[in-house]
Amino acid sequence: MRPLTEDETSLVFAKLASFIGDNVSMLIDRNDGDYCFRNHKERVYYCSENLMRQAACISREPLLSFGTCLGKFTKSKKFHLQITALDYLAPYAKFKVWLKPNAEQQFLYGNNILKSGIARMTDGTPTHAGIVVYSMTDVPLGFGVSAKGTADSKRADPTALVVLHQCDLGEYLRNESHLN
Amino acid sequence: MFITRIFSARISNLVFLNFILIDSKRNDANLVSREMAIQKKKKVAAAAVAAPEDPKKAVKRPVEASAPTPKKKKKVVVKNGGDVSAKKKKVVKKVKKVTEEEEEPVEKEVSKLQLLDDDDEEGLDGLDFTQQEGSDDDDLRDDYSDDDDDDLPIEKKSAALDKKKEKILKEGEEELQLNIANQATFELPSVEEIENEMKSVPNLEIIKQRIADVIQVLGDFKNRRDPAKSRTQYVEVLKKDLCSQYGYNDYLMGKFMDLFPNGAELLEFLEANDNPRPVTIRANSLKVKRRDLAKNLINRGMNVDPAAEWTKVGLVVYDSQVPVGATPEYLAGHYMIQGLNSLLPVMALAPQPGDRVLDMCSAPGGKTSHIAALMKNSGTLFANDASFDRCRAIIGNLHRLGVNNAVVCNLGGEEFSKIKPNGFDRILLDAPCSGTGVIWKDQSVKTSKDSQDVQRRHTVQRQLILSALDSLDANSPNGGYLVYSTCSVLVEENEAVVNFLLERRHCELVPTGLAIGVDGYTRFRDYRFHPSLSMTKRYYPHVHNIDGFYVAKIKKLSNAKMSKQAVLEMEKEKASAKSQKKKQAAEEAEDSEEESGDEEKAQNGKANGKAEAGKKKNKKKGGDDSDDDEDVETAPMKNIGSGARANKKRRNQKKAAAKQAAVKEDDGFNTVGNVKRAKKPTQFKSKVPKRAAARTGAKSVKNRRKKMLAKQQP
Repeated sequence: MRPLTEDETSLVFAKLASFIGDNVSMLIDRNDGDYCFRNHKERVYYCSENLMRQAACISREPLLSFGTCLGKFTKSKKFHLQITALDYLAPYAKFKVWLKPNAEQQFLYGNNILKSGIARMTDGTPTHAGIVVYSMTDVPLGFGVSAKGTADSKRADPTALVVLHQCDLGEYLRNESHLN
Repeated sequence: MFITRIFSARISNLVFLNFILIDSKRNDANLVSREMAIQKKKKVAAAAVAAPEDPKKAVKRPVEASAPTPKKKKKVVVKNGGDVSAKKKKVVKKVKKVTEEEEEPVEKEVSKLQLLDDDDEEGLDGLDFTQQEGSDDDDLRDDYSDDDDDDLPIEKKSAALDKKKEKILKEGEEELQLNIANQATFELPSVEEIENEMKSVPNLEIIKQRIADVIQVLGDFKNRRDPAKSRTQYVEVLKKDLCSQYGYNDYLMGKFMDLFPNGAELLEFLEANDNPRPVTIRANSLKVKRRDLAKNLINRGMNVDPAAEWTKVGLVVYDSQVPVGATPEYLAGHYMIQGLNSLLPVMALAPQPGDRVLDMCSAPGGKTSHIAALMKNSGTLFANDASFDRCRAIIGNLHRLGVNNAVVCNLGGEEFSKIKPNGFDRILLDAPCSGTGVIWKDQSVKTSKDSQDVQRRHTVQRQLILSALDSLDANSPNGGYLVYSTCSVLVEENEAVVNFLLERRHCELVPTGLAIGVDGYTRFRDYRFHPSLSMTKRYYPHVHNIDGFYVAKIKKLSNAKMSKQAVLEMEKEKASAKSQKKKQAAEEAEDSEEESGDEEKAQNGKANGKAEAGKKKNKKKGGDDSDDDEDVETAPMKNIGSGARANKKRRNQKKAAAKQAAVKEDDGFNTVGNVKRAKKPTQFKSKVPKRAAARTGAKSVKNRRKKMLAKQQP
């Protein structure tokens, strides 16, 4: 367990910012205590300072997780968000998309979102922006990248891809073993 | 003639009644009604045997006479009992097959029955005798009117009667046979016979019947037993049968039979082990309210209901059109699939927001997430499991359910006492166990567990519970609680482990605060546990319709790593050391005083001086006693009692010492006022207690011998 280096920090924050924009600062300046990012076995964990100290008394090998795992660094030093980060992305998300009930299941099985499955979308979504996917009952289901902006998708035909899948809740079942 | 007729009518009546009883018995699975039926049957059998005694002589003649009687009569007679007798014959055959080994003569059995029951005959006769007789008469009259042959009517009548009687007698005999055959379960087969039976294709019906019968015998062993067989034989047979019926191994069935000595309850328990419990889910209060969740799930096509009145988060799922473990609500972490029993230890633990909590064996994270929900995601929560693969499930579940105050680690439970000694406010130890409470989930438990497995679990559990208590902080402001739970019903894994902890560490049991459950055992067979173990709770599948479970809540009293008694003793020692120190200090002070007083002593003269020194010493002792000891030495005793007795003893000692001193000072002229009592001549007092002496006295020996002889002679 160690604090993130400069490079790592910028990578992580850039990724987070693509989803929640300036709200990244809300993750650090919290009024309910000090929160920090830690790198443990090439995974980034976000937790309170107090919890981090407590976790530090367990040695590296047996310590599997603490706080919330946001994502991991790949071998080529890119940062990938994981579905576990959804708890922090969803409340602050800048761009959102709401799915029709019959498209929910499609998305939860790991498929991209077609235009026909979209019920609503945040106005002014640019292309290639991080976008959080909601069900009609406002339950966050996952996140992805917009393949088309709001304006483009209005003109597109119903089978066109609008959101590219990155993570969805179905991963809790599909690859539970890769979460840590 | 008239007499024979009455007899025959009576017998037919009885036999008829008997048939009814048999039929009712067949339909009725209820044990109680069965019991009654058997008792009635006994009476009937007795009556049937008692009746034919005198008519037998009369039988011979009419049989000869009835040779030329027309066939029609026979038909009528057959009509009376035709279908019933066929049925009965079948039964007889069947039962005969079962009890071919039976050798005991019928006569004997019958006479026994008679002896038992003949006083009840009268009452039975009076039941509906008249009506039955009337119907018989009608039949006879019909016969009579139809046939007008060369015989006299009265002869015909008698012939018909005899025919009928013969028939009835036959039936009665068969009936008797059947009765006896039915009671043949009292005639217990040996264990070897059963084992042989098992090797061939076992007949489930027979086994079921035998189980019921043996349990019935054991219910009132004194009266229903076969005097030649012992209780252990009955129990042995029952065990074998139950093992084959339900598929358990001998060891486990023995354990269950010990746990449930009542046969009916045992059967209930075994049945409950084969039936699945309803699917229950826990609403995740971090994300959603139970009411909203229920509404959403009902919209999805699931039929849910609040699970029980003692839980605010449990929901029971009756049926569902969608998979319960794959709905979007499940994936979003709105609920967790877990048994109702796993809510119990967490409720007993009652974690507070801000606590430091450890869940020692947490996989797959159901209880852990429940704890986190109760803590409202504050404080720290350590989720540990010894198996790495199962730890993955914890991580997934905790993240899914939105728990962010948790640390997941993969350590042996024993490590925590080393890395974080006294570091937690509350600990939940859901110990690995044999799983005898959740047999419906894993049927392999029935055969795979033996005494060694249980012994191993017991050992591991003891290590874990010690480690858990050592990592608990006794001085935490609102904590210091350990909850021990298992999903086993065996005493070895539950009460015995907790009792072990009570012996080894300074802790005590506290009420679990759970509304339901059976109290834990304080004594079980050869175990004798601490009486406070009645504060623990047990759960059984057949009683509470949740998995078999055990919950104990323990409060740590101090961080000392020793037993309660050792702690008390240590306190005492400390106190006495303190008092001794004080004493020494006081003595030193006294010494300096004595030195100053030496000059006076020289003036007074040698003879007096000695006495005075003695007095001083005594005084000093007395003073010490009164001042220091009462304050300090009784300090640890205050924990135990009021100390009144000790104080009284001390007072008396002081008095006696003062008296002695006074006597010593007496110069023989009785100037001090204390009269020395003349010593009584010492009486002889045997060191052997009176009772013991009596036991070897000549008279008692004689008496005993007499008794023994009297016993041997008959």
